[in-house]
Amino acid sequence: MFDIDLWREIFQSINKNRTRSLLSGFTVTFAILLFTILFGLANGLNNTFSETFVDEASNAIFIRTGKTSKAHKGLQAGRQIQLKNQDFVYIKQDFDTETEYIASKVFKNITASYKNNKNNYSLIAVNPDNQYVEKSKVYSGRYVNQLDIDNQTKVIVIGKLVEEEMFSRTSALGKNINLSGISYKVVGVFSDDGGDDEERIIYMPLSTAQQIYGNNDYVDQINLTYNPDFDYNQAIDFGLDLEKKLKNRFNIAPNDQRAVRVYNRAMQNKGINQMTSVLGVLILVIGMGTLIAGVVGISNIMIFIVKERTKEIGIRKALGASPKSIVSIILIESILITTLAGYLGLLAGVGILEWATPVLKTYFITDPSVSKSLVISATLTLIGAGTLAGYLPAQKASKIKPIVALRDD
Amino acid sequence: MLEINQLHKSYAIGDSSLHVLKGIDLSVANGEMVAIMGSSGSGKSTLLNIIGMLDEADSGDYVLDSVPIKNLTEKKAAIYRNKFLGFIFQSFNLINYKNALENVALPLYYQGLKRKERQEKARFHLQKVGLLDWQTHLPSELSGGQKQRVAIARALASNPKLLLADEPTGALDTTTSSDIMAFLQQLNDEGKTILIVTHEEDIAAMCKRIIRLRDGVIMEDKKVTQVRAESHV
Repeated sequence: MFDIDLWREIFQSINKNRTRSLLSGFTVTFAILLFTILFGLANGLNNTFSETFVDEASNAIFIRTGKTSKAHKGLQAGRQIQLKNQDFVYIKQDFDTETEYIASKVFKNITASYKNNKNNYSLIAVNPDNQYVEKSKVYSGRYVNQLDIDNQTKVIVIGKLVEEEMFSRTSALGKNINLSGISYKVVGVFSDDGGDDEERIIYMPLSTAQQIYGNNDYVDQINLTYNPDFDYNQAIDFGLDLEKKLKNRFNIAPNDQRAVRVYNRAMQNKGINQMTSVLGVLILVIGMGTLIAGVVGISNIMIFIVKERTKEIGIRKALGASPKSIVSIILIESILITTLAGYLGLLAGVGILEWATPVLKTYFITDPSVSKSLVISATLTLIGAGTLAGYLPAQKASKIKPIVALRDD
Repeated sequence: MLEINQLHKSYAIGDSSLHVLKGIDLSVANGEMVAIMGSSGSGKSTLLNIIGMLDEADSGDYVLDSVPIKNLTEKKAAIYRNKFLGFIFQSFNLINYKNALENVALPLYYQGLKRKERQEKARFHLQKVGLLDWQTHLPSELSGGQKQRVAIARALASNPKLLLADEPTGALDTTTSSDIMAFLQQLNDEGKTILIVTHEEDIAAMCKRIIRLRDGVIMEDKKVTQVRAESHV
């Protein structure tokens, strides 16, 4: 129910006590301002983290091999461990439910030439799944597919910068390019949020590279992503299990750190996640603390207002004001001051964050904005806070006896 | 109009209790103008408070306009006060940040009337007390007599059955007092029932009936010949 007269009464009362209303609102403005800035900074810090690690899928696990550093089961130290296609198949089959995508990789450095342009790039031979592990975005043409693998086709998918540098900003799609003496057809171009280096890569089918460059089934690295439904602990357990089984498969000592290395993003993520959640809690505590201080301030002033208006409230009651209408006046005044003042703080906070964004960039704080949902929940919190602040004073006011109006001070 | 039987009221003061009203029987008919007199501590203000539903009696019956006034909730009391009673106070009790018109319109607001209707009625009553030209003035810009007249207009605004005045001239000089009393007499002539608490004999003499209280009992209750107040307006 919208009662214009009630609002008129309230505005008259606020207007009459402008300084007092301003002062009491200030505490809330300040509380919300602080909260907004803190929250924005924390958000910015979070953004920095997620941007830094945006390169690969956040649930990635990398497997690399090296030389054994310890003798084991009668085998000497210094033995080279080599991943092969069969290992890829083994992981894919034995960890079917645990893995989401899995890709083998072979690394090569090549010189690419097209017409008069010549440049060095890293060539990576992959399975089709690699697109999802690397989070590459193919924006023209297609990625390496299973047909390429089966037929060992001489096709490549090139990074955005390769296209720009080799094809002088014309479309590379369908053109043939010479990679260290062998001609390949460009079937796709991709971009990658990981940065320039990621866009200077040329991908080709794994089988093609294995045949042309080694005539073997060697694999340099296996990348996979674990089941996205895993929580951190499950993911970490999976990584450890994988490492153990691979060591067993290659007859490597369990404490050999060098022969098989399983790098699990979950480990890193867990740390980051813990840090950001602690940061979040800290900010919530500080923000709530300041907000509570503001609420207590308003409540205090409202109690004072009620005391000062005791006679007026008594008169109103003598004239027929119901307790409910008295409660409404005090409560709505409190909510109004809190909400308006809080909103002012919110706006100021968002403004300051916006203004400070370029400066903060140098301090590893990226885009410290405040989300819409936060603004909405902050508004609801403010209305709640105003109600809380006005509750006691309103109760006090409704208990005033109209007799007090009769008494002469 | 007003019927009171065996009304008792005591206040707790520390451990002991003070018996203020000791069995009051009082009956007021429509159109009367009654002065309630007594020295301070005689219980006259307490009686007025109970009649005004600002305070509740410990025992006894109180019937106002055939409505028994008993065990009222605060909400009900507020509605009855608004509907039946108009208050006039010694210290005027106008709301200092509202102008004369807004003050007069306030009881109408609590009756739930629309703004336009409220202002129209309030203007009518301000005109009646002769202060229509002062409608936009704040109480601080009015003289004592003007303030009391605004207060009377406010008391009249909701068209109450009974006007209750607590020392209405207590804060005014003799000339202004006389003006206010003349106006109250005029209202009574028009048929309004008025109850005035006072300790001034000449004010009481301007009523039609004088009730004297002492130590919580009615000592004397007599009809008098009304002395007409001189209006200077």
